[in-house]
Amino acid sequence: MQSELLTLSGVSLAYQTVAGETAAIQDLNLAVHDGEFLAVVGPSGCGKTSVLSLIMGLIPQSAGTITRHKPDLRMGYMLQRDCLLDHRSVEKNVLLGLEVQHRLNPQSYERAMRLLDTYGLSEFRSHKPHQLSGGMRQKVALIRTLALEPDLLLLDEPFSALDYQTRLNLSDEVYRIIRKEHKSAILVTHDISEAVSMADRVAVFSARPAALKAEIAVDYPAALTPLERRRDASFREYFDRIWKELQS
Amino acid sequence: MKRMNPASDAHAAYLKSLRRDARRIRLAQIGVLLFLLLIWELGADLRWFDPFILSSPSRVIATIARLYADGSLWVHIGTTLFETVLGFLLGTVLGALAAVLLWWLPKLNRILDPYLVVLNALPKIALGPVLIVWIGAGTASIVVMGVLVSLVVTTVTVLNGFLTATDEKQLLMRTLGATKLQIFTKVVLPAGVPDLISALKISVGMSWVGVIVGEYLVSKAGLGYLIVYGGQVFKLDLVMASVAILCVLAALMYYAVAFLEARVRQ
Repeated sequence: MQSELLTLSGVSLAYQTVAGETAAIQDLNLAVHDGEFLAVVGPSGCGKTSVLSLIMGLIPQSAGTITRHKPDLRMGYMLQRDCLLDHRSVEKNVLLGLEVQHRLNPQSYERAMRLLDTYGLSEFRSHKPHQLSGGMRQKVALIRTLALEPDLLLLDEPFSALDYQTRLNLSDEVYRIIRKEHKSAILVTHDISEAVSMADRVAVFSARPAALKAEIAVDYPAALTPLERRRDASFREYFDRIWKELQS
Repeated sequence: MKRMNPASDAHAAYLKSLRRDARRIRLAQIGVLLFLLLIWELGADLRWFDPFILSSPSRVIATIARLYADGSLWVHIGTTLFETVLGFLLGTVLGALAAVLLWWLPKLNRILDPYLVVLNALPKIALGPVLIVWIGAGTASIVVMGVLVSLVVTTVTVLNGFLTATDEKQLLMRTLGATKLQIFTKVVLPAGVPDLISALKISVGMSWVGVIVGEYLVSKAGLGYLIVYGGQVFKLDLVMASVAILCVLAALMYYAVAFLEARVRQ
């Protein structure tokens, strides 16, 4: 196993609402390793997304510590919806993060355009988002994230807004992109088959307040793509194990 | 309409029928105007009604020609146009700036919300006499009136436009590490542009209302002045001529904004 990239130890999160205090996460211990694809599954509304917000630093935890083992660990967040800005071209959308962080220069521009090219979107550079299909839009959103050269990708149900066929194809493609660019990733999903087909390890969360129920290492006999994994005999086995963990 | 290369004979026929319809509608529009003018002129000539009360197209034209000849036409048009454009620009700019401020400070927005509602509902024209006392009987009062009438509606419309920027897109900006200013310039402001333009279209009409009413109350020149003066001395030719000029000017200004809109939307 590679070295740890990020560790959550004893992390808790409580929300304040008018109705009272809601415990969203309770004493969570979780680590992501360098180069690892970690999936987090759990019942809906269990606080999976909050974990990503905590890691990204968008909200502060109520207790516990989140340790980054690389001082300049760069993280990229991918949301459920692509959130492309309608008034900007595909190219300008991809450059948004670089612009915001004042990191747009000839080299980073060149790299972003190469990403568009590699993943088959260069001919749509000057298109507006509304001219693209849902799957293509989500790919643009991924490239927008990758353009920032993150070490760790936080994927918040990035395929759930897509139709089933697009979803399978895109998860296959995203998987390959993440492997090819040697990124680590945390994928949050409620779709067990998505988790089993993409991840190296699956963390199963309990219902709210979220706590770690089980960690299941997913190990296929060979290096398979998500679509191939779905056809492999061990796919169903892993699926059943996670299903049982969620039910218990 | 943009001419396209027809895909087939049937498509060519379809495009042709579209153009024919558009042409017919334009002809009908002109026809309605000519018909009304004709009835008006005929009715005055044949004494169906008293032209002293209702004037007539020929008398309107004669009045405009006389105003042109004695050089006062451009003075009146210039005065009113200057006041309206100034009131419109100030009202729009100040209204948009107020909207930015209220977006930036949500607490201030909550505090001022009921005041904004009341100000928006209040007929600003009612403040006319107050303005005259405060600012004085002159151009300044008229311009302020034009500003007041367009200001609040601009603020409300533009602010609503800013608030259409989804939370999700703002969250995205935060995950990219954006500052509040970057969120505003890259997400919120562009989201507000369509509403900003509708605000322009609304306030262009509003400024005319404010300025004409202002001129009714205090002025020594301008189209509003001519209308009030004409009414007082029973020169209905003068009133009708001024209204006709107003129609043309207001339409021109509206189309200028619409033209701007088309350019921005491209």
